Amino acid sequence: MSRRSLTLLKNLARNSNASSSCLLQTRSVTYMPRPGDGSPRAVTLIPGDGIGPLVTDAVEQVMEAMHAPIYFEKYDVHGEMSRVPAEVMESIRKNKVCLKGGLKTPVGGGVSSLNVQLRKELDLFASLVNCFNLPGLPTRHENVDIVVIRENTEGEYAGLEHEVVPGVVESLKVITKFCSERIAKYAFEYAYLNNRKKVTAVHKANIMKLADGLFLESCREVAKKYPGITYNEIIVDNCCMQLVAKPEQFDVMVTPNLYGNLVANTAAGIAGGTGVMPGGNVGADHAVFEQGASAGNVGKDKIVRENKANPVALLLSSAMMLRHLQFPSFADRLETAVKRVISDGKCRTKDLGGQSTTQEVVDAVIANLE
Amino acid sequence: MTMAATFAKRLIGSRSSQILCTVNSTSSTASTSVARAFCSSTTPITATLFPGDGIGPEIAESVKKVFTTAGVPIDWEEHYVGTEIDPRTQSFLTWESLESVRRNKVGLKGPMATPIGKGHRSLNLTLRKELNLYANVRPCYSLPGYKTRYDDVNLITIRENTEGEYSGLEHQVVRGVVESLKIITRQASLRVAEYAFHYAKTHGRERVSAIHKANIMQKTDGLFLKCCREVAEKYPEITYEEVVIDNCCMMLVKNPALFDVLVMPNLYGDIISDLCAGLVGGLGLTPSCNIGEDGVALAEAVHGSAPDIAGKNLANPTALLLSGVMMLRHLKLNEQAEQIHSAIINTIAEGKYRTADLGGTSTTTEFTKAICDHL
Repeated sequence: MSRRSLTLLKNLARNSNASSSCLLQTRSVTYMPRPGDGSPRAVTLIPGDGIGPLVTDAVEQVMEAMHAPIYFEKYDVHGEMSRVPAEVMESIRKNKVCLKGGLKTPVGGGVSSLNVQLRKELDLFASLVNCFNLPGLPTRHENVDIVVIRENTEGEYAGLEHEVVPGVVESLKVITKFCSERIAKYAFEYAYLNNRKKVTAVHKANIMKLADGLFLESCREVAKKYPGITYNEIIVDNCCMQLVAKPEQFDVMVTPNLYGNLVANTAAGIAGGTGVMPGGNVGADHAVFEQGASAGNVGKDKIVRENKANPVALLLSSAMMLRHLQFPSFADRLETAVKRVISDGKCRTKDLGGQSTTQEVVDAVIANLE
Repeated sequence: MTMAATFAKRLIGSRSSQILCTVNSTSSTASTSVARAFCSSTTPITATLFPGDGIGPEIAESVKKVFTTAGVPIDWEEHYVGTEIDPRTQSFLTWESLESVRRNKVGLKGPMATPIGKGHRSLNLTLRKELNLYANVRPCYSLPGYKTRYDDVNLITIRENTEGEYSGLEHQVVRGVVESLKIITRQASLRVAEYAFHYAKTHGRERVSAIHKANIMQKTDGLFLKCCREVAEKYPEITYEEVVIDNCCMMLVKNPALFDVLVMPNLYGDIISDLCAGLVGGLGLTPSCNIGEDGVALAEAVHGSAPDIAGKNLANPTALLLSGVMMLRHLKLNEQAEQIHSAIINTIAEGKYRTADLGGTSTTTEFTKAICDHL
């Protein structure tokens, strides 16, 4: 009892000195675990390519410093491999949760993307990116708090291409009612469980009448079951324009595969960059957490050499993972520490306008943990 | 020399006159002398004008007034969207309108509202298919004096306009499963890449970026990239780079100054060009120009017809005026283009006369008069 009040007093003292009183550690109200929930959980870890090993190492360090009840089973997977190795898939199926860095896909090289393969095999049909303004990080846009929920298995990424005659290539975009319905259901359920007020469907049904029309139909049907949540639709080009002009009008957005990629990266860009936005992929049985929006998740060679990759995105995604594993208190501690480091402004990597290395940011986060 | 150029221009068409002018001269004085010779021969250029619907007629009036005040030697041939479907074109645009554009090779189009219904093609689709408009060029630059969150935007988006995801080929495989075809051909990709590099060269641009998603769509966007690379080899002085579209979106909203000329297939082009329009202030300020085969250029204002403010003298004519300027540059009337362009920029920068969408209180006529005064 006295120990807890001591910690609270220490918090108050520290926070009255610093100006980050909004980052006072709040505790989840009476979370009652079941006996035995604290035994360590296994999580598959795939460092990946480029900046992947740097940022996953950052997560490992922070998890250890927090004594979080998880341990990582690390596997080496690289983008040039033709398939994800069977042992890795088995490990993910056993653990049900995975944390990964980006896997580099060679452009036009005939090797299909391993990121996409992983999502299809585990049927991770929803990809989620949370784009929000971090306190203390200056951006051109204020009041951004958008969650982009993107269908992850079909659409333009079906990978069905062929050359009709030399010089003419066709690519099939496949939309099914089944997948559209389940992503719409997930989006509305997410909004309902997280007290979000509005779901916007992004489409191009004025041109692709049948394909995106089917997607919209599914969204409308699901919307009827949630009368408390506002539903509207917006065409994708208008959507991008509105995102750069008035992003505060968006709340939860549900999109098919390709538009989701563009919208997520645009939203991440306006809220501070893809280096800080958390996200992940989830299906009925498994969840894979990674940097939210896909741009820059492998990074450039220069960043790798200089060790200046931004670990914040993966750290916040691992906080999402901790909540998914039902360790809310560890998740809160991690998030608070990361947000405090960002708002202090002293340790920021290059993409946020600073000069720190990855390790410096990690050390700052560990120092800020309670 | 100038007489020969005039004859050559009339015989061969304006596309080769571009090449002729760039081969002949790099300074603007020579090209203006060609242009002046062209117009001093007292044959004004005929151009087709589609005022369009809604606010279209008002802003078209504005354009005509500014052009007359600036002394631009253009005779407008006005055509309106019909009230019945013309069976020869399967749409509300008549065959005569299309012939007029084919003949004049240059036109200006206001916003058109496609009537809802079946049995006819959309108006934009008709124009695109009949005139074979293969490239949509949209310059996006921050207007000095009109503050948005981005101040240093100066880029051009060039979008392939005929194929890609917008081929309109969809079908239902079985109930609940729909397929949509995206088509990329070597011919169309080469055509738009050629235009992009040619545009970059003639407008003094240094970098062309091809936007793609070839890591996922390897054969289709891969073919597009291959064609761009082939054309890039012919222009060694222009830097060429390839950017994946998700990177591009993020970089555009973080730092638009990184981009110069962007060339991309249809769908990405649609989204990126609207994104860039949003960066500089919206569709009400964005000009655009569609380039067709045989040197056809149809400049258009891409905003909607705004039926709620039609006829009330509140519309902002900037988009149509800037599109008109693009048209003049295409016709090599650079001096007048520059004049009108500066007048528009100065009027907006001054801030005294601005229409409602820019936060001001002027009417269309007041704004137009202010521009004429600045000429």
